[in-house]
Amino acid sequence: MNRSALSAAFPCTVPVLMGYLSIGIAFGLMLQAVGYGPLWAVFMSLIIYAGSGQYLGCTLLAQGTALPQVALLTFLLNFRHLFYGLSLLDTFQGTGAKKPYLIFSLTDETYALMTSVHPPAGVNPDRFYLAVAMLDHSYWILGSFIGATLGALITFDTTGIDFAMTALFVVIAVEQWKSVKQKDLTHHLPALLGFGCTILSCLIFGPDNLLIPALLAISALLLFLRGRLEQPGEEVAV
Amino acid sequence: MALTPIQAVASILVMAGVTFLTRLLPFLLFGRGGQPPRVVVYLGSVLPPAVIAMLIIYCLRNIDLFAGNHGLPELLCVAVVAILHLWKGNNLLSIFGGTILYMVLVQAVFV
Repeated sequence: MNRSALSAAFPCTVPVLMGYLSIGIAFGLMLQAVGYGPLWAVFMSLIIYAGSGQYLGCTLLAQGTALPQVALLTFLLNFRHLFYGLSLLDTFQGTGAKKPYLIFSLTDETYALMTSVHPPAGVNPDRFYLAVAMLDHSYWILGSFIGATLGALITFDTTGIDFAMTALFVVIAVEQWKSVKQKDLTHHLPALLGFGCTILSCLIFGPDNLLIPALLAISALLLFLRGRLEQPGEEVAV
Repeated sequence: MALTPIQAVASILVMAGVTFLTRLLPFLLFGRGGQPPRVVVYLGSVLPPAVIAMLIIYCLRNIDLFAGNHGLPELLCVAVVAILHLWKGNNLLSIFGGTILYMVLVQAVFV
């Protein structure tokens, strides 16, 4: 890390600064509301570093969810990350000792930056990417610390603040829905199947056991519909 | 709190480990120039919207349509978030707008 890399990276990260401070503060408040203070917030943001993952984490901690269920839900929620890496294989090639951290810090927002901004001439690209990753991470830690501290200092009724997680998922769903360019409903089938299977699973198996049956049904149906849904000539999405 | 501090740390470590694993796997599997199998690429494009839809229902799983407030605050606020987001496309406005409205509804209106 050096100053030229940091000063080149900082302007690119300002939008993430605004976003992470706000969403981080909301996370800190949520975590405080379920009984975990600023140190817990910093600990989670330092080692997990995932927006929606940590929102879900608040609920999992509050409910004392069993570890296998924690692992499954975290995996499902972060499943999309598997496909971020595919488009960065080349970019991170040869980054040496920086590579593990660069991979660890691949949040949605950092991924978006890594694939859209380019290191300016005269700045070492590896150092530039590292600076972007570390700046974003520090905003996230700072935001969650502020939120948890505020939550501890100012006592107000936080009932209902956990709705932030639902709202975040709805926002992601709307983004995904809008990103489908084709007009016909076939291309929205994955989302519709997701809703349908999960509602059915909730009705049949009850709210505490709905996930596994829903996931199995969704996966089976998506594989069954592969012939219809797969884009012709689709290659690795890069 | 539902967990002892040790259990909470264990939970957080599991979340951290699994999150890192999801970010690391493509580099482990395809880092040497291999091509991912087509069925993986296919699932990668269709599973995320299905999983997010599943998680929305998961968040709403405890509402009871036939008793209490019939899930009205939840359904109303989900609609508000979706409409706000379609209209303005601003993540923060949609999330905070919907959450604050929900907090007002459950604390002051539907009590």
